[in-house]
Amino acid sequence: MTNETSNPGVRLEIHGLSKQYGERKVLRQADLVIEPGEFVAIVGRSGCGKSTLLRLVAGLEAASEGELRLDGQAVTGLSDDTRIMFQDARLLPWRRVRDNVALGLPKEQRARADEVLAQVGLGERLGDWPAKLSGGQRQRVSLARALVHQPRLLLLDEPLGALDALTRIEMHQLIEGLWRKNGFTALLVTHDVQEAVALADRVILIEDGRIALDERIKLARPRERGDAAFAAIENRILHRVLQQPERDTETSADARWPGIPAAGLRWAI
Amino acid sequence: MTQTIRELQVSPLADAVDLPIEGPLLPAPVARLARHIAQRLLPWAVPVGLIVLWQIASSQGWLSTRVLPAPLEVVKAAWALTASGELWTHVRVSAGRALTGLAIGGGLGLLLGLLTGSIKLFETLLDSTIQMVRNIPALALIPLVILWFGIDEWAKLFLISVSVFFPIYLNTFHGIRNVDPGLIEMGRTYGLSRWQLYREVILPGALSSILVGLRFSLGLMWVILIVAETISAQAGIGYLTMNAREFLQTDVVLVGILLYALLGKLADVFAKGLERYWLRWHPGYQQH
Repeated sequence: MTNETSNPGVRLEIHGLSKQYGERKVLRQADLVIEPGEFVAIVGRSGCGKSTLLRLVAGLEAASEGELRLDGQAVTGLSDDTRIMFQDARLLPWRRVRDNVALGLPKEQRARADEVLAQVGLGERLGDWPAKLSGGQRQRVSLARALVHQPRLLLLDEPLGALDALTRIEMHQLIEGLWRKNGFTALLVTHDVQEAVALADRVILIEDGRIALDERIKLARPRERGDAAFAAIENRILHRVLQQPERDTETSADARWPGIPAAGLRWAI
Repeated sequence: MTQTIRELQVSPLADAVDLPIEGPLLPAPVARLARHIAQRLLPWAVPVGLIVLWQIASSQGWLSTRVLPAPLEVVKAAWALTASGELWTHVRVSAGRALTGLAIGGGLGLLLGLLTGSIKLFETLLDSTIQMVRNIPALALIPLVILWFGIDEWAKLFLISVSVFFPIYLNTFHGIRNVDPGLIEMGRTYGLSRWQLYREVILPGALSSILVGLRFSLGLMWVILIVAETISAQAGIGYLTMNAREFLQTDVVLVGILLYALLGKLADVFAKGLERYWLRWHPGYQQH
């Protein structure tokens, strides 16, 4: 595989980025700069707009307002430098593990799939169907599939949300190791504050579509979860996340009705 | 009494301790094999018993050959027809009709299903028309078909094609529509071209549904073939049986009926084989 010098991460700039679906504003005037090779985690409650931000960066959706640049180039659609690891591994069930990883690779580079699978510890499972793998193994295949393209920006959309605690810690070590080795820029969306603190250089909190916190984590790597400094940072961010009561989108939609406060409504059945 | 029972319970254990090599009466693998064979044979007990009863009833004269010929007579008739080569000719004609109809109707169904499933314009243009025509039973068309094509080959091919078209069309359409959108999105972000996306994601995703359509169609194909051949034919299994009916050859009629059953079973085995092979990734189709 290539190293940091030949395949550095991309620089991501976001200015005044907004996204709305109909009347509903999901992202409001977000500003963010991520340096090449940085690992940034975005945390927030469900529905806060963090996944939308990731989809905008991936080019899967177009922004309503504002701009998004990768190395100064405006993002207009899917980019070959960007790869996503989805929450559900999204492996093709009808392709064997090796072919899933080699998906979209030109023929002459297909051998690289085996190499990357060995790196994620699945060198033995090349010929298996995805249905035979455990949840953690599927996510490792999905990580290999992303890395085989040597992305300069890796987007992780809550990829470990469905895994058990032990598998998750294993995956953290794997992802951190491969990130340090390959030097790509990483953007991780998660609702797990501990995961964010364990992996990221910076933790960003999104609340109600706005960036509410941008905290640099200066702990040395690899980070120890039991460590007092680790726990203190985790606690502080967690408290900050919990400050804002969970936003109920239905209530806010009701509140738009002219002249009737949502609390004043009563059902007469 | 209690004494003997206790002794009986104890004795095998004692034997095992004393003579570890001798063990129980049958070695475990042989016992398992015997149980396996019994499991395999047991489902055949009732059909074989019925045939034996039938044979006895016929040979004792309880059952008139006008109603049902003896099983042995049926076997003899089948043998005679096979030996003269007549059987093979008729089977070939019938199977040829069925498969040609399937190729025309099924091919069109697959093509149109792929088009309407993949391209919105074609869905808007064609789907509601096809859904309307689908409600006409193919057999209701027989008078019209006879007016159009007379009673020659084309009438039969037309009926078979029309009836196999719909199951394949509908299941292809739904199969394509039900491909996981997450997988399609993944394919796009991993740089697949439109054609690659179709070949790697959409078609394999729709395949299990298409094969369900094929199995439905194969079932319908034989039913329509039988009806079409019974109405009129100059060759084929239907011709064979209708001809035999004229001469009260119930044994030949029965051979024809069994041939239809056999061909239907063969088609089903073939479709199952396709599923086993093409859907071998699917936990539901994996062999144990």
